[in-house]
Amino acid sequence: MVGFILLCHTHLDRAAQVARHWAEGGAPVVIHLDARVAEAEAGAFREALADLPKVRFAPRHRGEWGTFGLVSATLAAAEVMLRDEPGVGHVFLASGSCLPLRPLAELRAYLAERQDTDFIESVAVGDTPWIVGGLAMERFTLRFPFAWRRQRALFDAYVRLQRRLGMRRHWPEGIVPHLGSQWWCLTRATLGAILNEPRRAAFDRYFSRVWIPDESYFQTLARRHSTRIDSRTLTLSKFDLHGRPHSFYDDHLQLLRRSDCFVARKIWPRAERLYQTFLGPPAALPRSEPQPAKIDRLFAKAAERQAYGRPGLVMQSRFPARDGDIGRTAAPYSLLHGFDDLFEGFDAWLTKAAGARVHGHLFAPDQADFAGSEPVFNGALPSSAAFRDYNPRAFLTNLLWATRGDRQIFQFGPDDQDRILPFIAGDAQAQVSVISGAWAVRLFHLGAEFADVRAEAARLQRAEAAQLAIWRGPDVKARVRIWTVAGFLDHPVENLQAILDEIVPRAPRRLTEAPRLRSLAGFGQFLQELKNQGMQPVLTGDFPVVRDGGGSERPRARPYLVR
Amino acid sequence: MHLWDKFRLRLRRQRLRARAIRKGRALEPVVMRAEGRDAARVLLASTVRNERLRLPYFLSYYRKMGIGHFLFIDNGSDDGTGDYLAAQPDVSLWRARGSYAASRFGMDWINAILSRHCHDRWVLTVDADEFLVYPFCDSRPIDALTDWLDAGGARSFPAMLLDMYPKGPVGGQTYHEGQNPFEIASHFDSGNYVLSRNPLYGNLWIQGGPRARVFFPDRPQQAPSLNKIPLVKWLRRGVYVHSTHMALPRKLNLTYDTTGGERIAGCLLHAKFLSIFPEKVAEELTRAEHFADSQEYRAYAEAHPERTDLWCRWSESYLNWRQLEILGLMSSGSWA
Repeated sequence: MVGFILLCHTHLDRAAQVARHWAEGGAPVVIHLDARVAEAEAGAFREALADLPKVRFAPRHRGEWGTFGLVSATLAAAEVMLRDEPGVGHVFLASGSCLPLRPLAELRAYLAERQDTDFIESVAVGDTPWIVGGLAMERFTLRFPFAWRRQRALFDAYVRLQRRLGMRRHWPEGIVPHLGSQWWCLTRATLGAILNEPRRAAFDRYFSRVWIPDESYFQTLARRHSTRIDSRTLTLSKFDLHGRPHSFYDDHLQLLRRSDCFVARKIWPRAERLYQTFLGPPAALPRSEPQPAKIDRLFAKAAERQAYGRPGLVMQSRFPARDGDIGRTAAPYSLLHGFDDLFEGFDAWLTKAAGARVHGHLFAPDQADFAGSEPVFNGALPSSAAFRDYNPRAFLTNLLWATRGDRQIFQFGPDDQDRILPFIAGDAQAQVSVISGAWAVRLFHLGAEFADVRAEAARLQRAEAAQLAIWRGPDVKARVRIWTVAGFLDHPVENLQAILDEIVPRAPRRLTEAPRLRSLAGFGQFLQELKNQGMQPVLTGDFPVVRDGGGSERPRARPYLVR
Repeated sequence: MHLWDKFRLRLRRQRLRARAIRKGRALEPVVMRAEGRDAARVLLASTVRNERLRLPYFLSYYRKMGIGHFLFIDNGSDDGTGDYLAAQPDVSLWRARGSYAASRFGMDWINAILSRHCHDRWVLTVDADEFLVYPFCDSRPIDALTDWLDAGGARSFPAMLLDMYPKGPVGGQTYHEGQNPFEIASHFDSGNYVLSRNPLYGNLWIQGGPRARVFFPDRPQQAPSLNKIPLVKWLRRGVYVHSTHMALPRKLNLTYDTTGGERIAGCLLHAKFLSIFPEKVAEELTRAEHFADSQEYRAYAEAHPERTDLWCRWSESYLNWRQLEILGLMSSGSWA
């Protein structure tokens, strides 16, 4: 037979409901009421359960969190149980916010088949990172005379002091510190051995200065006495990253039901449907071993959201202060600098070749040139330049967040708003390809007055040089390739292919059609003319004047295709 | 944060407290239901003016959510708002005499009421056109949320304003009393919000949405603020600074994670753009009692509110809170 120890402090109406459920099912229940509960309330609680002979009350202790009080309370209740209920084979420790998920008969049958097994999570301290954050081994080697909740400053200061002075204490001979969930189900033999341990006074004295002893007292001593430990708890309970217990609500009903666990905690006290369902008549379901995996996944997801969030998302409750290596933006994207100056109809060609979203100059001075010249884009992002330049980082992160799953590519040039560039340069998601000096090709085809062309060339060259300095900076995390016009044209198809392979990595496409190169007939002469006017075009690379002087190597309208 | 800034903020908080106490004298109790007020687990506070048409749905929405008691301040309504509210069994009502603008757009009155009646209790401060959506709001009452916040030691919960608008001109469909406004104003902007941090108050400043996109595309710095901290476990010494955009002590504004994780957050669905809107604009302009010289309302008037269509092909149609979470507008944080 199984008996229950119920540790109660708040929401006594719910605790009474659960106690009644078990007692009416024929299981003995020993209740420990926290000493902090007011006498009037405690009296009413006892009154409410007075009709149940199976319900007993243990002497009361103050069960302040993190202190030995909770262990004292449990020991006191266990003494009552073993003394007054000789028929009890297993003792199940539960709290007032626990709720049985399966009928008592099933728990009985389960335990009857495992008469000698102690169900207690018990993990050797040094071996596994059982504790998320907080103290682990130090729980056993430092002293904790101050209450964490009420005397936080003293608590922390004393821990620091002991660390600094190298103060350590040793645990008594004959035990090895183990940790685990405080909710267990022990056999009469093991629990009796712990209670009647000849050295119990020494152990209690030691554990009364251990931090959170309810997670280590029984877990450690069970190792000393038990013949067979099944290191897991029959109580389903989940904690978040800061160690605060999750609550279960009405909408968890199906998950709880399918978990096949015996008991769950904590239940939100107003989860009326959960209490009604699980304390009501049992549903006829095929039963198996407890399988908390589904619930585990749900809470693991929440923990991940709490710890890491969604990369690239900036929102009201996620505002990364420093830019990490990853996660500035939501998805990989490409910036292509100078390509549309060098090739005709480059956007259209790339859209077809890469099967991706190709924008024009997103950071053009007059407005954001979205793909298809849309006035508003995904996420209802307006193309207004003023809006974009108000916060360029937000503009880019918003665009990438709203289009995630859909590769974004955009053009850039020396005329564009370049306040965004340092952000892109530091973003590991960015792939940047730059053809420097390509603006000269556009100027060459403009056919304007040469004096104007010269001034414009000087301006663009200055702007582009400043941008190149950003791409070549020391903290660049983006994947950056830089060519001069001349350098790019040495192997144009290979270079385009390399860019394309980066954009569509897993589906390598061979270029079947190259974009149309703007005519370069006379370009060398044009550059020479700029030089002659005292404006040295240093970013285009070397274009020999002979190249277009009717020599053998005439520029082709389309580069070769490499097959 | 510098000691000097701390000192400045403390001074500012104390000045606002003193103001609230002074201006609070202009509040005249109409109906006080102290018993219901003290028993409620979560309260709601609101300043209203001529909101008779909206109130029936507003009250039923928040009652269903589990708000136990409503604290209303009626600022000179002449459409029956006062009588309607006085007749509700779960409402305490004050009448405010005096200027809305001179009481910092009603915030002095709200601060006074909150400090008098909501010390150490959770209270939601919203306007009659703001509808809170929080994680699991379709299956868990609001005190489940406040219990969870309590367990983590949090004292405030952020919910940014999400401007909702109809497809078609704002005046196109007439709103009827008791109707869910989001049957008409069913769309929103999902991803054009701009955030920056206010270094002094610590809050995030959020702008964007349809108002920035349509009314302020060329002067985005003037676009209305959308950040809000509407749900607070109030302390007597606390104050709201600008509307519910920010509060003091400063810690109430620090509701976001700066290391990459997500904290819990909700949204306030904003039912501003309904058929009532053009009238409101005209009325508010003649009253001239709004923030920054009613600049915002003048922008609306110039845009001919009855004909304005805020909808665009990227507008999202509202489904539920999970949709807002997936879109990255809110988050359930570690709550599951």
